[in-house]
Amino acid sequence: MRNEPAVEVTGLVKRYGTMTAVDGLDLAVPQGSVTAVLGPNGAGKTSTVEVCEGYRRPDAGTVRVLGLDPVTQGAALRPRIGVMLQSGGVYPGARAEEMLRHTAALHAHPIDPALLIERLGLESCGRTAYRRLSGGQQQRLALAMAVVGRPELVFLDEPTAGLDPQARHATWDLVRELRADGATVVLTTHFMDEAEQLADQVVIIDGGRSIAAGTPEELCRGGAEGTLRFSGRPGLDLASLLKALPADSAAAELSPGSYRIEGKVDPQLLATVTSWCAQHGVMPDRLAVERRTLEDVFLELTGRELRR
Amino acid sequence: MTATTSTPAGTAYAAGSFAPAPGAARTTAMIRAQAVLETRMLLRNGEQLLLTVVIPALLLVLFSGVDIVDTGAGKSVDFLAPGVLALAVLSTAFTGQAIATGFERRYGVLKRLGASPLPRWALLTAKTCSVLVTELLQVALLTVIAFAMGWSPHGNPLTVLVLLLLGTAAFSGLGLLMAGTLKAEATLAAANLVFLLLLVGGGVVVPMDKFPGGVRSVLELLPVSALSDGLRDVLQHGAATPWGDLGILAVWAAVGLALAGRFFRWE
Repeated sequence: MRNEPAVEVTGLVKRYGTMTAVDGLDLAVPQGSVTAVLGPNGAGKTSTVEVCEGYRRPDAGTVRVLGLDPVTQGAALRPRIGVMLQSGGVYPGARAEEMLRHTAALHAHPIDPALLIERLGLESCGRTAYRRLSGGQQQRLALAMAVVGRPELVFLDEPTAGLDPQARHATWDLVRELRADGATVVLTTHFMDEAEQLADQVVIIDGGRSIAAGTPEELCRGGAEGTLRFSGRPGLDLASLLKALPADSAAAELSPGSYRIEGKVDPQLLATVTSWCAQHGVMPDRLAVERRTLEDVFLELTGRELRR
Repeated sequence: MTATTSTPAGTAYAAGSFAPAPGAARTTAMIRAQAVLETRMLLRNGEQLLLTVVIPALLLVLFSGVDIVDTGAGKSVDFLAPGVLALAVLSTAFTGQAIATGFERRYGVLKRLGASPLPRWALLTAKTCSVLVTELLQVALLTVIAFAMGWSPHGNPLTVLVLLLLGTAAFSGLGLLMAGTLKAEATLAAANLVFLLLLVGGGVVVPMDKFPGGVRSVLELLPVSALSDGLRDVLQHGAATPWGDLGILAVWAAVGLALAGRFFRWE
């Protein structure tokens, strides 16, 4: 059973009126993993997650969460999942601790609410009404409510939106601990560093489809291979350098004395460049290998234009 | 607020603190917890208390003490107490419940609860319990006040109980129908307006015979009129079972609850 994915979505289509929010999306979340769903605004992240949570009925495709159909088997599924909505979900007049204790009371083996309150730095506002909490405190309470029932699978919709750095790190620590203790986590985010820090698997979605999936390393490795930069005296004979490099490489002098080589940057290429420099009496100053970040990959895949 | 977020990095809790151990609590325990929370939210809300406690109590004291409205033969409190009891049920089961539920829907409370182990029927059961507990407190308070004003009720308490319960069902259905279909602000406005109109036109403090015949025969079909008329038949006149009023309430309850069940939107 351990090998069955915690979430398996195939060909999911979700429409609202004439608008297609999710358009043939595939997603597989291995058990015990942290999966980050990345995408621009309106890419279909929340719709996808809400279909998995049983809030919305798919227009096409199949969705299995912990082996269950979230729509027809929701009653069996709900006790096993934890849900953090993007916002809201709490009586405005309820106090933070009161609401967390209430959520705990709906579960059979909850985590001690006091532990979560301390863990998420909510001690000072346990008796504060929800509507008077800061945005970050509201987020943390929602996170605590999502995990207090010891779920097997936790859905976190933008868990760190609007949090200060301390609260973000507290959230990340909690996600890591959930994973270490064997829970599966699916989170949506806009933050590349969050995905790089936390995720075993990143799924990039755009226009309602999954356009790339893999570990952060795999995603960063693919496509254009890398860049090597160095400085030296101006006007080096790049044609001669290119002859020494593999055929698919490119070299350019960006500004006088500042060089960029693009291609498959591996130890061999580095050795070739430095030995060429040695032969030509050039000291390659500020030699640096640049790797693509997840953000580069993301922007490459989803484009740089602003989304409406 | 930075002080509150200074969770010491690396505070280690025993490994396994978060180990999955999912499961729902027992249904009865969930319903109890939900009913307690709903009741607390209701009693904590100042506007709701004004509506459910202060206004009915004030009306009872004011109108029985001062002869503002001609309530016919007999002590005015004997006429007013049944009407105010009907108003109390209206304020809690309809107005209060509609407004609270409308905002719960708006703030995603119902949505979030929809992903919890609490089944929807259990949520509605808890809401009903909370309404009944509130009504119990209202009836107790209003009864004490009425007795202090010299009230002498008649009739079978069981018949009164059936009337109150059927009235609660009718108002709950209509309140939930409104909360589940309109926007929260619209519900707030409409529920208060309906409360006010029914207060005046529903035979609560103004006797129905003050209205012209045509208008009156329509007003008598309203659930609050049926409830106050039924309560008055029993409590003021010692009548047996007011079948006509019970019938009107039953129809409202059936229609309201059916429509609410059909059209209620959780988000």
